[in-house]
Amino acid sequence: MAVITAARHVSRPKKVARREAWSRRAPLMPALVFAIVVTQLPFVMTLWYSLQSWNLVRPGSEHFVGFANYVDVFADSTFRSAAWHTILITGSCVVIAMLLGIGLALLLDRRFLGRSVVRTLLITPFLVMPVAGALLWKTTMFDPLFGIINFVLGPFGAGETDWVSSYPIASVVTALVWQWTPFMMLLVLAGLQSQGKDVLEAAQVDGASAWGTFVWVTLPHLRRYIELGVLLGAIYVVNTFDHIYMMTQGGPGTASTNLPFYIYQRAFLGFDVGQAAAMGVVVVVGTIIIATLALRTIFKSFDVREAR
Amino acid sequence: MTSTAYATTRRVRGGLLTAFTWIVGLAFFFPVLWMVLTAFKQERDAYTDTPTFAFTPTLDQFRNVFDAGFWPYLGNSAFATAMSTLLVLVLAVPAAYALSIRPVEKTQDVLFFFISTKMLPVVAVIMPLYVVTQNLALLDNIWALVILYTAMNLPIAVWMLRSFMLEVPGEVLEAAQMDGCSTLRMFRAVLLPMLAPGIAATALICVIFAWNEFFFAVNLTAARAGTVPVFLVGFITSEGLYWAQLSAAATLAALPVVIAGWIAQKQLVRGLSMGAIK
Repeated sequence: MAVITAARHVSRPKKVARREAWSRRAPLMPALVFAIVVTQLPFVMTLWYSLQSWNLVRPGSEHFVGFANYVDVFADSTFRSAAWHTILITGSCVVIAMLLGIGLALLLDRRFLGRSVVRTLLITPFLVMPVAGALLWKTTMFDPLFGIINFVLGPFGAGETDWVSSYPIASVVTALVWQWTPFMMLLVLAGLQSQGKDVLEAAQVDGASAWGTFVWVTLPHLRRYIELGVLLGAIYVVNTFDHIYMMTQGGPGTASTNLPFYIYQRAFLGFDVGQAAAMGVVVVVGTIIIATLALRTIFKSFDVREAR
Repeated sequence: MTSTAYATTRRVRGGLLTAFTWIVGLAFFFPVLWMVLTAFKQERDAYTDTPTFAFTPTLDQFRNVFDAGFWPYLGNSAFATAMSTLLVLVLAVPAAYALSIRPVEKTQDVLFFFISTKMLPVVAVIMPLYVVTQNLALLDNIWALVILYTAMNLPIAVWMLRSFMLEVPGEVLEAAQMDGCSTLRMFRAVLLPMLAPGIAATALICVIFAWNEFFFAVNLTAARAGTVPVFLVGFITSEGLYWAQLSAAATLAALPVVIAGWIAQKQLVRGLSMGAIK
């Protein structure tokens, strides 16, 4: 097909070629224009707002201040601690969820009675509405008096620990790991199932132990799946808002405030448009770094085939 | 070791591994199971030092949730989810076609652009979105969510549908062209039937993300256009007091997507990896 089209380009006059190019573009245009208007325009506005001093509750307070908001943002110790919490929550959630995900994927990558049922049970946490999941963890799981966690850990001396107030970040990470482990598991499982059985048999014939086979054969094969899971997971978890909002409201104090929640507070409780926008821009710059890595992984290691 | 003894040890180990897998699976599922069980309890059964499994089930809590005004929120969620998914498909199917079967020149760049919009943190754009929706009088209007959910799911749908379209054998399309099919007819008569499962899978992924979305909903809607997660927020204030009712509300909120996800499990990986993993 490509050959035919190329030949046509040469033999026909330019005008026809241009019409041909536009007829190819036409189906794409509505989606492209929509995406640009709804996602890019607001971002340009954010850049503009970030250079303004503007408080929503004081109409007419809007005026240009240049980079003053950025200076304020970097001088703000709450912002810095929120940035650190974001890194901490994202990093620990992604790493723990991936390790658990690999373990679960290995357990599922064999034939056994009820395999599809167990698989279904395991993916459910990812499907439960995050707001509902966070609410459940905060109450029925982590409650100091009637929560399941303290009941289970009671024999080990957990007593009446108030997990959410005493260990807010660890509590949020627990709920997040619960939600994201299935995601990692599914990706790793797809990797395991794409592995050629002949390679594994060859390793066994060569006398490799199960552990040796896993470390030297399976893990290298899984590498790109693990990378993809970590990067995609990180992009989603960086934006964690639901769990903070429902479980801790960023507290106690600002002990579990992450960047999305802090920006939300500045925007909708402080009505400080300029500063919220400046923080948003900083978050975007941070995300671009991870995102570039993620995109490179998707494009390089997965066959995003050139179209016909 | 004799071969039968070896086989026996293997079977025992296999059995233990299976049992372990089941235990882990049930442990992971437990919070969900507990939510559903608690939803059928009376409030006094929900607060016990030792978790109770034996109780007289009741539908009272579900009745309470609906009496507390759950219907309008459910309706809003259903509308925002269905409408945005429909819009996504209307935009994404032709776009994916123009990026796979009859591609534009800069396919890679366009794909890159779509996926990069997905990676922009939503917090970075919430301020302008709030101001714009306010100026357009769309604050607390369900259409604001419809538009935003469409934009949110569009990149995933384009990527996913494209990966399905690349699997359509070229010969089929060439044969249709030889027969003198017009582009539109070829699309309707040849492509669409072949793509139907892919389109269904894409729609399900969009439904999952739209239904569960909270950030836009909580910031841009209130009593009139609020969705199900916004309804659940009401329980934080009265938390501690009504666990059974809270569990009933959470169960109802989670149910549609859990079922959709169970049905679409085979396609879940593909959607989550934007079509990168088959």
